[in-house]
Amino acid sequence: MADTAVQEKDVAVKSSEPLFGKKERALITDPLNDNNPVTVQVLGICSALAVTTLVVPSFVMAIAVVFVCAFANLTVSLLRTSMPKQVRMIVQLVVIAFLVTVVELVLKAFSFTVYKQLSVFIGLIITNCIVMGRLEAFAMANKPWRSFLDGIGNGLGYGGILIIVAAIREIFGKGTFAGYKLIGPTPEYLIDTVSAGWGSTLFGWYANNGLMVLPAAALFVIGILIWIQRSWNTKLVDIS
Amino acid sequence: MNELFSSDSFIQNSKFIHSKFKKVHSNRYVFLYTLVLTSVVALVLALLATSLKPLHVKNEALSKKKDILSAVDASFAKADDDVIEQTFSKVKQFVLDAEGNIVKNKNAAGAEIKAEDLDMKKEEKKAEADRSYPLYVYNHNGKDLYIVSARGNGLWDKIWGSFALQDDFRTIAGVTFDHAGETPGLGAEIKDNSDFKKQFIGDKIYNDKTGEYLVVKKGGQRDFNKEYEVDAISGATVTCDGVTAMIADGMSPYFAYFKNK
Repeated sequence: MADTAVQEKDVAVKSSEPLFGKKERALITDPLNDNNPVTVQVLGICSALAVTTLVVPSFVMAIAVVFVCAFANLTVSLLRTSMPKQVRMIVQLVVIAFLVTVVELVLKAFSFTVYKQLSVFIGLIITNCIVMGRLEAFAMANKPWRSFLDGIGNGLGYGGILIIVAAIREIFGKGTFAGYKLIGPTPEYLIDTVSAGWGSTLFGWYANNGLMVLPAAALFVIGILIWIQRSWNTKLVDIS
Repeated sequence: MNELFSSDSFIQNSKFIHSKFKKVHSNRYVFLYTLVLTSVVALVLALLATSLKPLHVKNEALSKKKDILSAVDASFAKADDDVIEQTFSKVKQFVLDAEGNIVKNKNAAGAEIKAEDLDMKKEEKKAEADRSYPLYVYNHNGKDLYIVSARGNGLWDKIWGSFALQDDFRTIAGVTFDHAGETPGLGAEIKDNSDFKKQFIGDKIYNDKTGEYLVVKKGGQRDFNKEYEVDAISGATVTCDGVTAMIADGMSPYFAYFKNK
């Protein structure tokens, strides 16, 4: 809903566009909460289920999506007047695929372990509905700078949720956070649940929840996040 | 129907489309536009891929070395690049043929093909008699460990692994597995679950009495007194059967070589 509202306003206002006016800031902050692509629009769930077992890959995935979303929006917005209507989807797809391949090549060269962890999911950014959705809904009707900001905003909205879900799943599923050992049955962990000490007296009962590692857990976690967000942000509650 | 969906009327009726888009482009324009766009994209990607290729090759070689060394000790999987290179440079490597003889083939450039140059993916496509098998010998505190590799089918895609054998050629000192597309949390556990891999350590890969190789047995059926069996991962029966088959099918050249040692 808010999409079309923003769009119409943008088309109406044509004179004097500041670099970081109120509207520009809204383009970044709106997708973080009121119009979050994952928890409000429920887009991009596939990759949100798959890559969120560990924090580090999720973080890289988030950066990759911010990059792809922002630059795809920018490019398509620049091309929007010259783009032939008959093949616009194909042109959009070429732009997205190009950017995703760039991400893949760069990751493979500079961060090989993360590249292997994310494996097929980098390629699947192409099919992430957030990217294509923003191109159709925003970049095709707005100027380049605003489209770029909108891409960053939506990428961050998606990435933020990804990292929150990954943090919850990694802590409860593996007892670690971004590889840093928090709670587990060996002395390497911050809270050691086995050998004698305060850790074992207080947390001797604790065991990692294996379910958290499975994709299904991401569904519960995202569901709970949606619940929390809706009980706190009353704008989202559907009154009808 | 035809009229309704012809691009002309459809675009003019649509309120959402910006006034600039009302123009319907000619076929000629469309063809030229896509041609130019795809050529530009292809050119940029080709340039990027070629310029990053040396780094890709280096990373892949390093990750292969890491995989082989982590069969000996899992901590190598997290070791620094320099440590890997340094340790690997001390590893002796041989290429075996299907009969277990050491072969010294040369590649097109005239350099000797070493075990680390073998691409197991390509070897697997050859007929069994023409395959080459990599063998690494790692000296661990004065004792030689023989690292053998095997490749087979999981549930969805290929699985592969390396086994470090002690110098009796039977006792397993360490294993590492990897896979192309097993289910995370189920089949992928052969790689991720250190408890599964720990079971292999101390077991024997080959039973001299029965002539059978080590078997990954489905839940509860494992006889704990036997050192030729390990417990399978629940929910990943097909992947675990793949591990069993991979060992049974891929070890014969190595054992032919060990027999003559």
